[in-house]
Parts: sequence; structure tokens; C-alpha cells
Amino acid sequence: MNKIISKEHFSEKVVKLVVEAPLIAKSRRAGHFVIVRACEHGERIPLTIADADVERGTITLVIQAVGVSTKKICALEPGEYLTDVVGPLGQATHIENYGTVVCCGGGVGVAPLLPILTAMKKAGNRVVSVLAARTKDLIILEDEVRKYSDDVIIMTDDGSYGNKGVVTVGVEEVIKRERVDKVITIGPAIMMKFVALLTKKYEIPTECSLNAIMVDGTGMCGACRVTVGGVTKFVCIDGPEFDAHEVDFDQLIMRLKSFN
Amino acid sequence: MANENNATSLRNEAWREELRKKLTAKERAAIARVKMPELSPSYRITCNEEVNQGITEEMALVEAQRCLDCPNPQCVTGCPVGINIPTFIKNIERGNFHQAAVTLKQTSALPSVCGRVCPQEKQCESKCIHHKMGHEPVAIGYLERFAADYERTHGTATAPEVAPANGKKIAVVGSGPAGLSFAGDMAKNGYEVTVFEALHEIGGVLKYGIPEFRLPNSIVDAEIDGLRAMGVKFEKDCIIGKTLTYDDLHSMGFSGIFVASGAGLPRFMNIPGENLNGIMSSNEYLTRVNLMGAGRPEWDTPVLRGKNVAIIGGGNTAMDSVRTARRMGAERAILVYRRSEEEMPARLEEVKHAKEEGVEFMTLHNPIEYLGDENGRVKTMRLQKMELGEPDASGRRSPVAIDGAVIDVDVDLVIVSVGVSPNPLVPKSVSGLEVSRRNTIVVNEETMQSSISDLYAGGDIVRGGATVILAMGDGRSAAAHMHEMLQQ
Repeated sequence: MNKIISKEHFSEKVVKLVVEAPLIAKSRRAGHFVIVRACEHGERIPLTIADADVERGTITLVIQAVGVSTKKICALEPGEYLTDVVGPLGQATHIENYGTVVCCGGGVGVAPLLPILTAMKKAGNRVVSVLAARTKDLIILEDEVRKYSDDVIIMTDDGSYGNKGVVTVGVEEVIKRERVDKVITIGPAIMMKFVALLTKKYEIPTECSLNAIMVDGTGMCGACRVTVGGVTKFVCIDGPEFDAHEVDFDQLIMRLKSFN
Repeated sequence: MANENNATSLRNEAWREELRKKLTAKERAAIARVKMPELSPSYRITCNEEVNQGITEEMALVEAQRCLDCPNPQCVTGCPVGINIPTFIKNIERGNFHQAAVTLKQTSALPSVCGRVCPQEKQCESKCIHHKMGHEPVAIGYLERFAADYERTHGTATAPEVAPANGKKIAVVGSGPAGLSFAGDMAKNGYEVTVFEALHEIGGVLKYGIPEFRLPNSIVDAEIDGLRAMGVKFEKDCIIGKTLTYDDLHSMGFSGIFVASGAGLPRFMNIPGENLNGIMSSNEYLTRVNLMGAGRPEWDTPVLRGKNVAIIGGGNTAMDSVRTARRMGAERAILVYRRSEEEMPARLEEVKHAKEEGVEFMTLHNPIEYLGDENGRVKTMRLQKMELGEPDASGRRSPVAIDGAVIDVDVDLVIVSVGVSPNPLVPKSVSGLEVSRRNTIVVNEETMQSSISDLYAGGDIVRGGATVILAMGDGRSAAAHMHEMLQQ
């Protein structure tokens, strides 16, 4: 049982929870995720850790209410408990000083992107962040991102905030104006697919973080398998980050619809 | 060995000598082996109720008479945990069911589990003297289950004697059969034992893998409660190597660690189309249904259902999956196996039950490709027909493809059950730990000690995929040797 310490609504469907999990707070690194169950008969849901506070023994999760389980998690209030939180899982992000790193996040993908861009900044990189969403209200964590970015570009589909257009427009703008050594992309699979296509054209190494369907999250079930460079990988133990140019996004998108 | 002397002196007790004289060997041999009462196939495929109903008291009393109480009982040598089989059976014969259960618990941490899922026909029962006389062996497994169940349901259960606390802390990684068996033995020796489990339920494969129609969860929970009564502590949602490291365990004061993290990595065949929707591992399928309650009202986890379901493989897990598919509403449940039925590693009982439940067997067939519909859901499996060639390394005749003999079968769900590999999560997290090329932890086969002196390992993380009872045997053996080491 893990107590919810605080809750913040980013938008109608997007919630930030700070959850008591002292051991995970201590052992997690950027890129790690946890598996969460909202209740006794609940599903096991993978959620990337957005932040952690070792002193307070808490981790931060950002959840978008889309299905049965994420809705249950989002409905929990401070003082209530998540039935289970286990982790940290997956491979931590490889952090090094590449030079200039473009970090592009779409929707709630900005939450898992935050610890990575923070670590990239601390490693000495010039960090340019591109945040994208459908509309202004869905742009999250902008202040936190700004704190660890040398430049921030905001893209909205409807032009209600920042520049009008999709994420790739913002990324290409950066690529055209300066040398980019690395791109990190986290967001909907379709968004990452197009970021990968763009950066492939410019031959810029690109990492993506995949959010596949999982059950146990420890390598046991294989529900999260994805084809990377023609080889089947498990997102939970081989990932969640992979070379975006090698990921078969069409298969991933198809597999995400397994239960539709 | 002390055990043998003990067995002999138990055999020489007056009541037992009396009992032996009650019937002649010939009379005992003339009794027919008991038949396990079972739910009817038509009923049981509608639910998850346990198929084997267990033998009655009357049946047990008669079956126990069949045991000749041999002076040199070979059955015991066939038991990986060395249960004193004649002693427990003769206690049943004299009506002392409690003492029978106590005898079981001296060497087995989980008798009601073993009585249900052990392949007795390949172990204890395969060594029974009755075979030499051309008779069916004593139903040791049924009797084991009877004694353990009797004690549980009659509330006569007493926790085994525990040595005074010695102040030493022991960590167990994984709460499956190896870990539980180890934990029980170490608790008996007076250690403070904590079992760390990665999942949200205690029991490992006994919970996520073996279906309730073969091993009800309540049985597993009762055995776990027994261990709790002996002082064993359980920590769920804790992954050693991730949540806590090997070094963390040291700083927490643990002086010995037993790794029994299982074979948690499902194998696939790497054939075209295998990542289509509707194709999954037996681990995923069984975990969704058994552990996560998929298909039951009020449980959130979904599971895909199919009308035409194929299960690939011939082991116990394949049987569990195909029988689960029938219960989940499959009209056609097909077991696809590349060798013939004779080479199938599954228990005979499982094969029999599967057939009774209407499972179709397509032996000597091997999938080579899957084709999907426009939504990416599997709709066809392409099978290569096989024939048997020369025996391979396993001693079984190896399957050879028949040129050009390929057929297509309509399916909407495929469960791949072709084995598991050890989960690399724990081994990879301990630096200096010797690991084989197959990712199993390398141990001294006798002591179960790894290349790190205070780290022992057993079960599937060492064997790469075996049975519940072999895992339990490893747990016992590791406990005995770790205890010896820690006393020095």
C-alpha cells in the first residue's frame, strides 16, 4: 500500500500524484518506470517515474485518464492509497554529454521526459525542449522543463499557445538552425514515429521511450514485445528506451490496439 | 544417514509391526488401486473448480492397505524431498491422519500442493514394488493430498517445531516452490526468514501459472499461512536487484541469501507473424486469468478470447493453457505439438483430462508462420507436418519436417508454450555472480551455493525450467547446506 501525498490536476484528464515509495525514490534513475495497481482487483499498469524526492521518500507520477484503470488511479485523493507500486523497472536512460540534445515530448509524454532532460542538462548538454499538445491546456510541466532547458519551443495543433503545428515542425526548426547531436522523443507512438522519420532524414541519433501494454513488467509475460531492428525485444526489460530509427512503430501502434 | 536409521526405527515400532501382520502381501496386492473422483468434463469446462475432488476417508484407508511397507522402500528414493512415504501411508492405514500429515511436513513445506501437482508417476510411484508384480503402484500422490487436506480441513494442523531463534536473518528472493520450501526449512532451524516477492501475490508460479482447476489458490494460501505461523515474513512488490540490491540486503543485516526467482522469461519461436495481436505466451495468458482474475466479474484485467484457439507445445503449461482456453469459451481448442504424443513432457493425467475436455491434439505439426487480418489480429496459422527421426540429445526422437506438407488452420488466438528462460533480472544485478550462457545461476549441484559464498540459488533460475517438486528439493538442499555453513 502506497499513500498518496498530494495531487494536482494538469487538465481535466491529466493528474499528477506524489506517492510515498521510499525504496523506489532512492533506487530509481531517469527512464525507470513502476507498475501500479489502483485496487485489489485492479490491473497492473506501467507508469514512468516523472520525479522523485529521496528525502521525503516520494515519487511523482503523471497519469492521463484514458481507460478503466487510469481513471481509477486519477480518482484517488491525497490520503488514499495505491494498492501496489513496484519498481523501479526497465533500463535507466543512458546519460552523457552529447553536445546539443533536443528533447521532444507530446502530451503526458512530457512527464517521463522531464527527468531525462534534467539529467541531460546536468551532464553538460545544451538542452532544447520541444513540447507539443493538441491545445494550450494540455501543455504540462512547462515551468519545470524551462528550468533545465536552454530553450523551449511550444507547439499546439490549434495554435492556442506557442507555435501552431505538430511537434516535428518544432524539431525541424531546431535542426535547421543549429547542430543537433541527439534527439529524445517521448509521446504517443504515432508522434514518435514521425519524429523518428524526420531525424532519420537528418541522420541524428534518436531515442524513444515506448509505452507498451504490460502485465508483470519484469519480463515474465511478453505482452510488451516490440520489433527493434528486426529482432523481438521486451519493452519492460530491454527498454523502455530504444533506437527510434530501428523501432517498428506500425507494429507497436497495432499492438497497442490489442484490446480495442 | 540419520534419516535411514530413523526410518528403520519408525518401521520397527510395535504398532507398525502389528499393522503389517494384519494382511498378507498377497492380500494387499490383490486390492485394486483407488480411482480419483473427478468432476464431469461437461461441467468442469464451465468453471474453474478443481477437477480432482480428492479421495474419501474410506478410499484412503483401503488404498493405504495396498502399501506393503517394504523394508527397503524405493518410493522414497524417487521423491526429490525424501518424504518418508511408508511412514505416512501406514499412519493413514491405522487411522492416524494427523500423524500422517506431520510426517509429510517434516520434509515437505507444501504437501497439499505436491499431492496435487507432482508428477508422481515419474517419481515415487514409478519405484513402487507393485510394478514388479505387474500391478498399478500405490496411489502415493492421492494419499499425500488426502492427509494434507484432512489436516487442513479438520483444523488439526500444528506448525512444525521451530528451533529457538538464533538471531540470524536470511533473505529469500522469490516466493515460488523453491523459495517457500527453503523458507520453511530455515525457519525450522531458528532463522529469521524474509521472503521478497516481485509480484503483488505470494506463491510465484503456484499462483500465476498453475490454474485453479488443478491447484486452487486457497490451498496455496493455506500453505503460506502455515509458513507465517512458523515466523516467516513476506514482502511483496519488492524486486531484489531493483527495489533493493544485494548490497542493501547485506546492510539490512541478512547473512544468507537464497535466490529462487524462477524462469520468468517466455520463449517464442521467432517465426513470421508471431507478434500479431492474439498471439501471446502461456505466461501472459495464464497470468491474466490466474493471477489477475481476467474473465471474472469485478476484475479489471482483460484477456483476449477466441473461438478457435491453438496452443503450441506439449508440456504441462501447454495443457494448463489449452484447458484454460476451453474454460474461457473456446469452441475449438487445439494443441499443436511437433513430436508425437509419446514424447510429450506433460503429465499423463493432464493429457487425459485435456482430451476428456474436448481438446484436439495435432501432434507432429509445427507452426512456421502466422497470417493476420486487416486489424493485425491473427487469423491463420501455417503448420508444417513433421515425422519422427533419430533420437536427439534429450533421448526423444527428433521431429523432421516432411517436405511440402504444409497446411493452414483458422485461428483467432494462439498461445505459445514452448518453454521459458531464466529471468536475467536478479542474476544481472549481482556483480561477480557466475551465470551460465543460458542465464542460469551456476551453483555447486550438491550444496546449491553460487560463486558468491553467501548466495545460494535453486529452482528454475538454476535449472532453467523444471517442476515444482524439483524446485522444492533444491530449496531443501540449499537450506541444509546454508545452515551448515552459517554454523561454522
